[in-house]
Amino acid sequence: MSGSPGAFAADLAALDLPALSSYARRASQQDVDRALAADHRGVRELAALLSPAAASRLEELASAARECTLQRFGRAVRLFAPLYVSNACLSTCTYCGFAKDLDVVRRTLTPQEVAAEAAVLVGRGFRHVLLVSGEHRVEVSPAYLLDVVAALPESVVSVSVETQTWSGDTYGRLVAAGVEGVVHYQETYDRSRYGEVHVAGWKRDFDRRLAAVEVAADAGIRRLGVGALLGLALDWRADVLAVAAHASWLTRRYWRTEVTVALPRIKPSASGFQPVAELTDADYVQALCALRLCAPDAGIVLSTREPAALRDGLVRIAVTHLSAGSSTEPGGYTHPGASQEQFEVSDDRSAVEVAQMLEAAGYEPVWKDAFSLRV
Amino acid sequence: MSAERDPLVIAGREFSSRLLTGTGKFSSHDLMRAALDASGSQIVTVALRRVDPSRGDDDVLGFIDLDRFTLLPNTSGAVTAEEAVRLARLARAGGMGDFVKLEVTPDPRWLTPDPVETLRAAELLVADGFTVLPYCSADPVLCRRLEEAGCATVMPLGSWIGSNRGLRTRDAVEIIVEQAGVPVVVDAGLGVPSDAAEAMEVGADAVLVNTAIAVARDPVAMARAFALATEAGRLGYLAGRAAPQPTAVASSPLTGFLR
Repeated sequence: MSGSPGAFAADLAALDLPALSSYARRASQQDVDRALAADHRGVRELAALLSPAAASRLEELASAARECTLQRFGRAVRLFAPLYVSNACLSTCTYCGFAKDLDVVRRTLTPQEVAAEAAVLVGRGFRHVLLVSGEHRVEVSPAYLLDVVAALPESVVSVSVETQTWSGDTYGRLVAAGVEGVVHYQETYDRSRYGEVHVAGWKRDFDRRLAAVEVAADAGIRRLGVGALLGLALDWRADVLAVAAHASWLTRRYWRTEVTVALPRIKPSASGFQPVAELTDADYVQALCALRLCAPDAGIVLSTREPAALRDGLVRIAVTHLSAGSSTEPGGYTHPGASQEQFEVSDDRSAVEVAQMLEAAGYEPVWKDAFSLRV
Repeated sequence: MSAERDPLVIAGREFSSRLLTGTGKFSSHDLMRAALDASGSQIVTVALRRVDPSRGDDDVLGFIDLDRFTLLPNTSGAVTAEEAVRLARLARAGGMGDFVKLEVTPDPRWLTPDPVETLRAAELLVADGFTVLPYCSADPVLCRRLEEAGCATVMPLGSWIGSNRGLRTRDAVEIIVEQAGVPVVVDAGLGVPSDAAEAMEVGADAVLVNTAIAVARDPVAMARAFALATEAGRLGYLAGRAAPQPTAVASSPLTGFLR
C-alpha cells in the first residue's frame, strides 16, 4: 500500500472522459445488452448504461442493480449522521453556502459543544458520525480536530471526517486518534469547470484535491468517500464515469481500504448558485443503477439532500448508506436555526422515521457496523 | 461410525446439529430469530462490530436465546491480529463466553482471510484461553498450522463470503478433511442446500451458512432446507458412497447366479 500520491491524475487524463461521455450519449440497445450481460463491467459498460438507450430500460437496470445490492450487502442499510463542527471557510466555491465571501452567521463549535451534539445523535441511535466543516485551517486545525475526536462520546464507534484536505502527517495523526474514514468529493472531475467554480482558497487546487484520498489511504485511513456534485458541470455523465473510475482505481491500489461513492445533486444554498445541468429524478436513478452495476462492492451513500420518496425508492435498488434527520448547520442538533446551514435538506424525517421506513420495506437499519478505533 | 449417535464435538462440547448459522444481512431481527429456529442450529455466530449492548432490547443479542444457542462471536472487521484479539477480549469481558470465530479480513472487497494475521491471532488467543474457530483459506498447510496452534476447528472457505458460488474449493477441502485432527467446518460461499450437502458428503464435519439463508426470498424455509441438506450430506458420508464407475454396471448382474 504505497505509491506517489497523485497517481490517479494521470489515469484520469488517460481515460479520455469526453470520448467516453460521447459514447454514453450514443450507445445502442446492443451496447446496453452487452453491458448488462457482461461478467465484469468497466467504464465502457458504465457509459452504455448511462446512455439514453439504457434510459428506456430503467426498470431492467433497477432490477439488476437491486439484485447486485442484495447479493453484496443483503437487506441492511447503514445509518450515519453528519455533524457540522464549523462553517468557517477560507475557500470561495461558487455553489456553497459556506463560501468565504458570503455574509452569513459563522460558527465553530468548541470540542465540548461537538460532544453535546454527538450526545444528541447517540440518543437518536447513531453510532457512526461524519464530522463536517468548511475549509478554515486556523479554526478547524489538525489540533482542533484531534480535540474534537477525543471529546466524542464512547458510543460513537465510527468517526469519519469531511474537512479540507491535509498532509499525510495530519491524516496519520487522525488515524492514530481513531478516525476511520475520510470523505473528499472532487465535486467535478472536469478540470476546467473545477477552476471556474472554485475561485479561491485551498480547494482551488484540483490536483491537490484529487490526490488527497491517496494521501489519506497511504496514511492508513480505512474508508474513503469519493463523489461528484452533479449539476456543477454540464456533462453529468462524464462526472459519473469519473467517480466510478476513481473508486475502481482506489480499490485496486489500496486493497485494504473500503471505498464509498456518492453523487449528490446541487441543492439551493445561500450561494444562489444555479445548476448548469438538470438531472431529472429518472436520470438520477439511472445514474445510481449504472454505478451500482459497475461498482458492485462500493457502498453508495445518499444524503438528505434528496427527497424522502426518492430515498425510499433508492434504498431498494442501490443505496447502502443513509444519513437521516440531518442538520447542516454547526450546532444544529442542540440549537437549530442559530447559524448558517450548508444547504437545504429535502428529507426532513427523523432518524427514527427513516429507520421505520427501512423496516417496513424489509430492510434492517444498521446503526452500528464497526468497533471503535479510539483506544 | 454410527449415524444413530453422531454428535459434532468442538473443544469437548457436543452438538447434535452440524449446521452453524450467521446473523447478518437479515431484513429484521425477528426474521433472523425465526430463521435460526428453523435451521435447528445450536451455534450462532454474531459479528461483534454489530453488537451494541447500549441499545438494550433492540440489540441483535436480544434476539438470540442464549439458553438454546451457543454464541460464537466473530471478529469480522478486524484487519490485524491485534484488532481481532482486542475484540475477542472485549467480547469475553462482556460475558459472551470464550468461543470465538476468528476472522481477520483486511481486504474489504473479497473479505479473504489473511493467513499470516489469522495464524498469529490464533496463537495469541489460544494462549489467552480462548476456544478458537478460525475462518481461513482452503489451504491444507495453513489448516495444519492452525490445528498445531491449538485451534478447536478449522473453517476453510467454500468460496468467497456471501458469493453463493458453492464449494469451489472442493479439492482442497478433501485434503483438509483427510488430514485434520479437529472438526472441519466449511464456511462461506455455500449458496444452495445442495452445496451444504456436497460439503458434508466430502467429509466436512459441519457447515456455516449465513447469506444464502438471510437473502433468500423465504429465509425461514431456506434455513430448514439447509438443515435437511446438511443432515442428508452427513448421512450420505457416513453411509459410504458407492464408487463411481466409468461405464454402466447392471444392478442385477447377468452372472449373479455364480455367487
